[in-house]
Amino acid sequence: MSTITETRPMTRREWLLSDRPQSRTQARLGRAYMTWQRFAANRLAVLGLIILLALVFVAAFADFLAPHSPYLGDLANARLLPPGSPGYLLGTDDLGRDILSRLIHGSRLTLAVVLLVAIIAAPIGLIVGAVAGYAGGWVDAVLMRITDIFLAFPKLVLALAFVAALGPGIENAVIAIAITSWPPYARIARAETLTVRNSDYIAAVQLMGASPIRIVFRHVMPMCMSSLIVRVTLDMAGIILTAAGLGFLGLGAQPPLPEWGAMIASGRRFILDQWWVATMPGIAILIVSLGFNLLGDGLRDALDPRESGQ
Amino acid sequence: MTSAVSVSNLSVTYDDFKALNDVSVEIAPGESFGLVGESGSGKSTLLRAIAGLAPVTAGTIRVHDRALQGAKRDKAFYRAVQMVFQDPYGSLHPRQTIDRQLLEPLAIHGVADGERRILKALDEVGLGSGFRFRYPHQLSGGQRQRVAIARALILEPSILLLDEPTSALDASVQAEVLNLLEQVRRNHKLTFIMVSHDLGVVTHMCDRLAVMQGGRVVERLSSADLVAGRIGEDYTRSLMVASKGFQRKDVAATA
Amino acid sequence: MSALLTVENLKVSFPTRTGLVEAVRGVSFTLGRERLGIVGESGSGKSQTGRAIMGLTPGHAQVTAKQLSFDGIDLLSASPKVRRDLRGKRIAMILQDPKYSLNPVMSIGRQIVETLRQHENVSRAEARERALDMLAAVQIRDPKRVYDLYPHEVSGGMGQRAMIAMMLVAGPELLIADEPTSALDVTVQLEVLGILDKLVAERGMGLIFVSHDLRLVSSFCDRVIVMYAGRIVEELAASELANARHPYTQGLLNCMPAIGSDRHPLPVLDRKPEWAQ
Ligand SMILES: Nc1ncnc2c1ncn2[C@@H]1O[C@H](COP(=O)(O)OP(=O)(O)OP(=O)(O)O)[C@@H](O)[C@H]1O
Ligand SMILES: Nc1ncnc2c1ncn2[C@@H]1O[C@H](COP(=O)(O)OP(=O)(O)OP(=O)(O)O)[C@@H](O)[C@H]1O
Ligand SMILES: [Mg+2]
Ligand SMILES: [Mg+2]
Repeated sequence: MSTITETRPMTRREWLLSDRPQSRTQARLGRAYMTWQRFAANRLAVLGLIILLALVFVAAFADFLAPHSPYLGDLANARLLPPGSPGYLLGTDDLGRDILSRLIHGSRLTLAVVLLVAIIAAPIGLIVGAVAGYAGGWVDAVLMRITDIFLAFPKLVLALAFVAALGPGIENAVIAIAITSWPPYARIARAETLTVRNSDYIAAVQLMGASPIRIVFRHVMPMCMSSLIVRVTLDMAGIILTAAGLGFLGLGAQPPLPEWGAMIASGRRFILDQWWVATMPGIAILIVSLGFNLLGDGLRDALDPRESGQ
Repeated sequence: MTSAVSVSNLSVTYDDFKALNDVSVEIAPGESFGLVGESGSGKSTLLRAIAGLAPVTAGTIRVHDRALQGAKRDKAFYRAVQMVFQDPYGSLHPRQTIDRQLLEPLAIHGVADGERRILKALDEVGLGSGFRFRYPHQLSGGQRQRVAIARALILEPSILLLDEPTSALDASVQAEVLNLLEQVRRNHKLTFIMVSHDLGVVTHMCDRLAVMQGGRVVERLSSADLVAGRIGEDYTRSLMVASKGFQRKDVAATA
Repeated sequence: MSALLTVENLKVSFPTRTGLVEAVRGVSFTLGRERLGIVGESGSGKSQTGRAIMGLTPGHAQVTAKQLSFDGIDLLSASPKVRRDLRGKRIAMILQDPKYSLNPVMSIGRQIVETLRQHENVSRAEARERALDMLAAVQIRDPKRVYDLYPHEVSGGMGQRAMIAMMLVAGPELLIADEPTSALDVTVQLEVLGILDKLVAERGMGLIFVSHDLRLVSSFCDRVIVMYAGRIVEELAASELANARHPYTQGLLNCMPAIGSDRHPLPVLDRKPEWAQ
């Protein structure tokens, strides 16, 4: 090992892959690099990642990318133009608004919904599941019964009920979706916790005098992370569809917001004669959902917990 | 009374099953005490009970003449008593570097000179700093067991509980780890309580030993007595016979 | 004696980021209805040899062999389905780490029953009976209690015996036992060996017994293969192990603490690069 380092300087790749890292950062980067390599070996997963990066890019630069305003249409000259009309690549809707511009601006809403739901639901599920699994006994029983109650209702129905109670609007739709999507994460986190809770390495930290909170947060939760990340990513498609569903029912984003579900809803009136009004946002939803699914599948392989065992 | 660990009339019950039944042992400071016996007889349970990891239903445990209550242990206890587990593949956190795992006990106890202690501990178990930022899956079984020993030593305990520390290791690595354990015991004047099912290992490492069967201690004797065959109990004698290896005639007769 | 298993020039290698790791580098042997011991230090390729025979090598590894056949079936060219059917039913392997090989969230008894019902068409009640009998056969004292316990609730030795019970319950013709007794106390160890011995003697099972306990192997097996760095360095009759010529074998024998011998510190193995040639 050392002879190699002496004779010539290490390339960056060798530095990352070194099996005797010299610092915390090097160890962490090396591990991340290996995960990336496993991920990158899966072409479809990379495609998924590209789709999502494109989504982020479009959302970030929507103001520059969109050829027209998403809200103001040309009612006089440009009502319901078909795709390919000059200046309106994907056509226009019944108010003469450019569909492409609306889709581009709508990507912000989609991205915001997805991120907010992930930020709210995943930690709730993780904490509930890990605490229940680690504590066991009545804590487990109570937390899991609550989880079961949430799980017993179909997600969309429950979200509908929440939105009905909170009032329509995109913020409330996000909250409703978040509230309804944590229970599966809690189940996953609990199952993972149960398998690690009795392991010797947890006994070893107990024996160091670590508090239960420290054990759950620093030693148990990292073990639940990878399955959770995979699951959340795969769920993203469902979340987008739920958000779109709420928008479609008029309970999510309110007009004139260019939310994709709401766009489909307003386009369905002309679905037979002006098919593109409803179809274009549908295709956008499809592509982004597909992106998340491909990414999730790739992450499942890349983060495979078995890799860390042997 | 001057004993490092004193266990009297200890019982441990899981649901309705008595894993330990009225067990008493007395270990002097600096002594190396062996536990041998049937599989499932409660050897690991005894160590776990001392460590506060098993449900004690009766009896008392005293460590350095301080009585311990139930499964409650204070920080001073954890600095005095540490444990090395049987399975080197299961006792290290798979997602943390060696460095992080050695740092954890220091962080919990607020020890300041972590850097120096980690390097010293790694050096002491013969690993050197090259291993510091590796993950467990990059280590062999023997190296992992060395890390586990380093982790147990880093708080500078006075008592080490060893649950079959070498049974998952091959003979050549076992010799290295046993030599290492003897050396750290000498250097730190440690008290050992060591479980093993290999009488050769126990007589090599320990001065005295207790033989367990079905949750009870059936015999206490010194290694010298065992070697010389001054044995009181039939079960102990059968262990001695079995240690000599497999004998086909024997089995044919009993089968 | 017809050969149950023929292994010729078996190689297993793992492509890793630092190059190709050759875990097994040309192992050849034949096995009849007998007890064959494989000994060697950690990492010498014992488990990978067994896993390659079972078809349990990780997916990214490369397995090649001039011949690898079980009872006339060429294992390397057999379809995955054929291998799956062989596995568990006709060839079984007791894996090295019982704690990792058992499902942590399923009770011991159910795992044995599931294994049995995968291979045989038996009723639940009968499967339960057979599982309990098997647990009793591996000397578990209280089979009814252990049947309902989860892996973390049993002692190390009980977990190992549960694994043995699971593998024997379908009555395999070839058993690869990878360190099956490392967590057992000596008396139980002998009893378990007694069971394996009986299966070989009475049912004509072939047994590959992987271990690093040379003394145990020499008293239990018929023949012993000594492995070092993925190769066979010595093959000899078990009774001749004490007279082994290879310095590696002698070193392995020498570094075990024996009752009554007082050597502090224990001699350790001084590995020579030429052994790996
Ligand atoms: N969490 C638990 N729940 C129920 N029973 C348990 C639990 N932990 C241990 N036991 C039981 O306690 C008994 C003693 O187990 P212990 O692990 O102490 O045995 P041991 O002497 O260490 O055996 P071995 O040499 O096989 O490791 C066993 O019968 C085991 O089934
Ligand atoms: N997935 C893997 N990737 C790379 N190398 C591997 C992998 N699995 C095993 N090896 C290597 O193969 C070699 C042989 O391993 P094997 O498990 O057969 O050893 P063993 O003789 O059974 O040792 P032990 O007594 O510790 O069980 C080792 O050097 C190991 O590092
Ligand atoms: Mg034990
Ligand atoms: Mg092995």
